[in-house]
Amino acid sequence: MSYTRPTIRHPDAGKNKLGYTRKYYEGSISTLCAGCGHDSITNAIINACFEMNIEPHRVVKLSGIGCSSKTPAYFLGKSHGFNAVHGRMPSVATGANMANRDLVYIGVSGDGDTASIGIGQFMHVVRRNLNMVYIVMNNGCYGLTKGQDSATADKGSKTKKGNPVALESIDLCELAIQSGAGFVARGFSGDKKQLVAMLKTAIVHKGLAFLDIISPCVSFNNVPTSTKSYSWVREHMEVTQSFDFIPFQQEITADYRQGTSLPITMHDGSTLNLHKRKDQADTTDKAAAIAELEKARQEQHILTGILYLNPESTDTHEILQTTEKPLNSLTARDLCPGNAVLENINDTFR
Amino acid sequence: MKQLERINDFVIRFANVNGSGSASANNLLAKVIYRLGVPISPKNIFPSNIQGLPTWFEVRVSERGYLGRRGGVDFMVAVNGQTLQQDYDMVQAGGYFLFDSTRPLPDNCTRTDITIIDIPLTRLCNQEFSDARLRQLLRNIIYIGALAHLLDIGLAPVQKAITTQFASKPKLAEPNLRALEIGFNYSSENHDKSCALSVRPSDAVGDRILMDGNTAAGLGALYGGATVVGWYPITPSTSVIDTFERYAKRLRREEETGKKNYAVIQAEDELAAIGIAIGAGWNGARAFTATSGPGISLMSEFLGLAYFAEIPIVLVNVQRCGPSTGMPTRTQQADLLACAYASHGDTRNVLLFPSDPSECFEMTAGAFDLADRLQTPVIVMSDLDLGMNSHLSRPLSWDDSRSYDRGKVMSAEDLDNAEKPWGRYRDIDGDGICYRTYPGTHPDKGAYVTRGTSHNEYAAYTEESQAYERGMKRLLVKWETARALVPCPVISIKDENASIGAIYFGTTSQAAEEALELLAEQSIPINSMRILAYPFQKEVFDFIDQHEVVFVIEQNRDCQLKTLLAGECQVAPEKLDAVTHFNGLPITATIITNRIHTTLLTGRPGNKGGKQ
Ligand SMILES: Cc1ncc(C[n+]2csc(CCOP(=O)(O)OP(=O)(O)O)c2C)c(N)n1
Ligand code: SF4
Ligand SMILES: [Mg+2]
Repeated sequence: MSYTRPTIRHPDAGKNKLGYTRKYYEGSISTLCAGCGHDSITNAIINACFEMNIEPHRVVKLSGIGCSSKTPAYFLGKSHGFNAVHGRMPSVATGANMANRDLVYIGVSGDGDTASIGIGQFMHVVRRNLNMVYIVMNNGCYGLTKGQDSATADKGSKTKKGNPVALESIDLCELAIQSGAGFVARGFSGDKKQLVAMLKTAIVHKGLAFLDIISPCVSFNNVPTSTKSYSWVREHMEVTQSFDFIPFQQEITADYRQGTSLPITMHDGSTLNLHKRKDQADTTDKAAAIAELEKARQEQHILTGILYLNPESTDTHEILQTTEKPLNSLTARDLCPGNAVLENINDTFR
Repeated sequence: MKQLERINDFVIRFANVNGSGSASANNLLAKVIYRLGVPISPKNIFPSNIQGLPTWFEVRVSERGYLGRRGGVDFMVAVNGQTLQQDYDMVQAGGYFLFDSTRPLPDNCTRTDITIIDIPLTRLCNQEFSDARLRQLLRNIIYIGALAHLLDIGLAPVQKAITTQFASKPKLAEPNLRALEIGFNYSSENHDKSCALSVRPSDAVGDRILMDGNTAAGLGALYGGATVVGWYPITPSTSVIDTFERYAKRLRREEETGKKNYAVIQAEDELAAIGIAIGAGWNGARAFTATSGPGISLMSEFLGLAYFAEIPIVLVNVQRCGPSTGMPTRTQQADLLACAYASHGDTRNVLLFPSDPSECFEMTAGAFDLADRLQTPVIVMSDLDLGMNSHLSRPLSWDDSRSYDRGKVMSAEDLDNAEKPWGRYRDIDGDGICYRTYPGTHPDKGAYVTRGTSHNEYAAYTEESQAYERGMKRLLVKWETARALVPCPVISIKDENASIGAIYFGTTSQAAEEALELLAEQSIPINSMRILAYPFQKEVFDFIDQHEVVFVIEQNRDCQLKTLLAGECQVAPEKLDAVTHFNGLPITATIITNRIHTTLLTGRPGNKGGKQ
């Protein structure tokens, strides 16, 4: 277990625009197994928030149950967190977001937490297009209960126990696209650079941003025959595009090649420059995105990158037309209609 | 034959087909009687079906103000062929049976002890109206017209009610008024002086309103400041949410923008519904959900989390019979134990027991203060009878000087000025309630990760046994604080020396109070206590102590209140005697008096107050 922190801190011990060091964005010490993919994702979240100059206390971290769901304790120690019940993070996130639309909501879940017990809540929070970042740390197994196959384990692949997976696997990215997510990406815990850039874009995206991040479980599912192992993913990973994320108000300096790049303006004015492969489908085309995922699956490739993006999606608050003010800031003056109104109501029941 | 002869004291029952528009006609008559100042208690007995199955509507008219169900039928309006025989058999001797004589009564309807009132409803209706859809509705109004004659109500009060009802659609009023007259005239011409039941204007209603409990609970949530609602449709709780939303649409708009000062989310299931309420409650909004039995089962895991993690939420449970494929449209008080101890581990939840609409309003609004103060789920235990039937009730009222008690919440300044370091689960005041913070309050103080019990006083992760024990014991201290905050029972001492007491709650109260009055008239004095909340206070324990035998009257099979009392108050089991009723129809005074008589006659211990 990685109880000790490396003595050498992050090479860039500098401060961000808010004057905070990266350390300010860390949480308590991880109690996960040394080498667990989840810890790398934790680090990527820390980097993304640090580099984006996010006020940690304006972030809310939520999770379900599992090793993955423990990680919110390990990043952003200055943020409120909620370790909910198994598979139910999405509903708690929905309520929290309804109560205060001004904060950034990051939900962390596992493949068991999302693709099995919580699949209903997952699809419905996506459908609702809640303004949040929804991360699945996907290791193809139930880590915390000691390695049972999960619903994302690929059919035919073998875990440490050696039996080939008999059932069809669920592709959470496909489900997310079908259910209406405006941002869907797949990453790998071993590719931090891509991960940090995707996380930043996801945070800026308005509406539900879904990230399925393959995150090997070194204790139960890191054998070469598993499609969620470090070695297999490295060999079969196909990066669909490179991209630059340019936060709002920052001068656009990135290399912008005609024909191959697709500049997308995010709702807050930030720009995402996607450099895609020549033969690749339009990232804003839902059907094409699903088709590419299916094709890759048949070819035993793992597509990573931003798989689908709809920069114009509307979030739950916009759909419901709730006030711009956080609902939790309203007082009795705003909320209680008073006795005179009640007397009129009484009269309609006479 | 001796006809029943009564003024302002009878039960009339309507037998209809579900979905035939009878409800609005029947309600019209109920409303007219109410507006004449005579207390009524209407009950809908309906199937779990949208169209086609039998449905009954029963109105008890009672000048004395008895609002419980009485049982028995004095006047039957039989317009459902499917149940005609059953409806016919049900009429009390001396009673009245009005039926649609377009078709003759079956041959085996040969009773000589009731008055038959034949009115060719369908024929009269079809002669006058041609629109098929309208015919179905107006046929009902024709029998209302006949009743206006038979019960001596007269045309005018009903005409006025119709005109008011259709004020915005005068075109519709016209055929309704016409149908009313047809029925009235036919009855006057053919059945003059046939019926000796009558309604006379009275002032017994006073300023009371006629409202269903779900409307009152929905309004209670609105006035109580709820802003986030998660819910999943289930009879009989749905109309709590419908009401909240209907009034919120009008009364909860932001002035400048017209945007909503509330969010209602119809969730994918009850797990999500309560999860939404918990997320919002945790984040500082007042949040609630409403459900019924099966939903309570689904919400149980989350209720435990809210209890252990100390998150305020309000849950309105409109209880009903048994499982989903039980009798979901019938009433019961059978979720007591499921709610009191809902969830895994050592959990206890605060329950409130309204018995009429004004209490539904007050308790639901008050539940938000209690939940915030206690940082725990508060469950309002209504039921189908209370929630979906109209009840005579004190008018709803709100004290405009009242403010919301948001409980112990630290602001950024509080955190900066705190003398001792803040700990989410540190009990500083000794009442078991700790100070919480909302997310986003302060840049570097007050943040923590919320979990069940695996935390110490500073919300840091721990699985240390002592920390768990300390936390669990503190929750008991909080439970004692809750005991002091929840509403006290209403105790009525009829006789200082009476050795018999009766305990009841919720919708059992009306029938129980009527029963106790009847028993007192028969020189059986029984003191009573209506319980309004759980945890039980000292008054509850004392009341039981002061009596030798205490009847516990409730509407479930397994004596759930009795079980709860016996366990919580450490009472000798033989001291409590259960009077239960659980057939899905509201309990009646007769059921209670019969049961108490039987017990007293069989000479139980402590039977001093028995029949002399
Ligand atoms: C209702 C319920 N059922 C079962 C469990 C036991 N449980 C804890 S974690 C877990 C699986 C977690 O798997 P995953 O979400 O993939 O997380 P990982 O540990 O792999 O990161 C299970 C089944 C539970 N906590 N709650
Ligand atoms: S069991 Fe697997 S998922 Fe859990 S911490 Fe260890 S490596 Fe990570
Ligand atoms: Mg997993």
